[in-house]
Amino acid sequence: MATVIVVTSGKGGVGKTTTSASFATGLAQRGFRTAVIDFDVGLRNLDLIMGCERRVVYDFVNVINGEANLNQALIRDKRVENLYILPASQTRDKEALTKEGVEKVLNELKQSFEYVVCDSPAGIERGALMALYFADEALVVTNPEVSSVRDSDRILGILASRSRRAEQGDPPVKEHLVLSRYAPERADRGDMLSVEDVLEILGIPLLGVIPESQTVLQSSNAGVPVIMEDGSEAGAAYGDLVDRFLGKTLPHRFITTQKKGFLKRLFSGS
Amino acid sequence: MGLFESLFRTSSSNKSAALAKERLQIIVAHERGSRRGSPDYLPALKKELLEVVRKYVPVDQSQIKVHLDREGGYEILELNITLPDEEQRYGRD
Ligand SMILES: Nc1ncnc2c1ncn2[C@@H]1O[C@H](COP(=O)(O)OP(=O)(O)O)[C@@H](O)[C@H]1O
Ligand SMILES: [Mg+2]
Repeated sequence: MATVIVVTSGKGGVGKTTTSASFATGLAQRGFRTAVIDFDVGLRNLDLIMGCERRVVYDFVNVINGEANLNQALIRDKRVENLYILPASQTRDKEALTKEGVEKVLNELKQSFEYVVCDSPAGIERGALMALYFADEALVVTNPEVSSVRDSDRILGILASRSRRAEQGDPPVKEHLVLSRYAPERADRGDMLSVEDVLEILGIPLLGVIPESQTVLQSSNAGVPVIMEDGSEAGAAYGDLVDRFLGKTLPHRFITTQKKGFLKRLFSGS
Repeated sequence: MGLFESLFRTSSSNKSAALAKERLQIIVAHERGSRRGSPDYLPALKKELLEVVRKYVPVDQSQIKVHLDREGGYEILELNITLPDEEQRYGRD
């Protein structure tokens, strides 16, 4: 049976789309048939981050409305096997995502995919509620910053009360914390919430810490999910995150400052 | 700005993460409380239940306990009514 994972946060601009793109890519790279859906109706973005914007013909809402079938709308990734993208509609009709329509599309996807990743829009309105409603698991993307942490907590409340699993009394949506845009040196200085602070407040298991990194912007410029950038810290952190999601136990990297002394630098040659 | 003051400023800005954490703990606890606290219909429910039960058995307010619990994804509404001895016997056949 396929697993539906929502990438959510409440707050905008925290790294949901960046995470969705890299997470889905990582699952597909590891051999799992994966579809990633952009739920941000009216503000399509995932296609750009995945570098397939010029291949969009039909979208999610076209499929819901029966104007195209799923195979016509799904974009097969050219670089990674097993990876498919379902782009968001640019319609301004916020009612376009109906619960029945979303359910129909997800049910169809679940027949041929192992993982379905739902990239949620910001906010707690219809699009965000639809993205999380059918989820089995949730990646809650949070920045080490007050408003992001508070919004994540609200989203956790919604997952626990308004998801289908909650409404039907099924086992709850499995929650994972993704702490993104983390700057260890600032946390060490005490002017940014630390990993421990955020964990203590939100109280859900940590799946991964993604460092603040220039490479994220560069890779989005190029339309390449950052997980595909060899040698980048953010890419490596996403790689670890995917492995952990799939059950590996790995230590968290990039969460402490590398204080290299003169001698150490001399001997490590960097 | 004197040396003393600037020293003070630096140290207080160093604590901004601690301040953020403290503020978050308060607001999050507050919001969780209103989100997960007992629903506002409980007192009315309790009163009406009491009225129904009283049609059949004389009980008073203190003998009825309504309790809402959450366990995992479930909500359990627990209703406890202590019946007076005689009435209890009377109710059986
Ligand atoms: N780890 C990171 N380091 C630096 N910039 C990041 C990181 N993650 C995301 N960003 C940047 O933050 C912005 C918002 O990211 P995005 O994934 O679109 O967020 P959301 O989907 O939550 O709105 C983008 O400009 C993106 O490049
Ligand atoms: Mg987004």
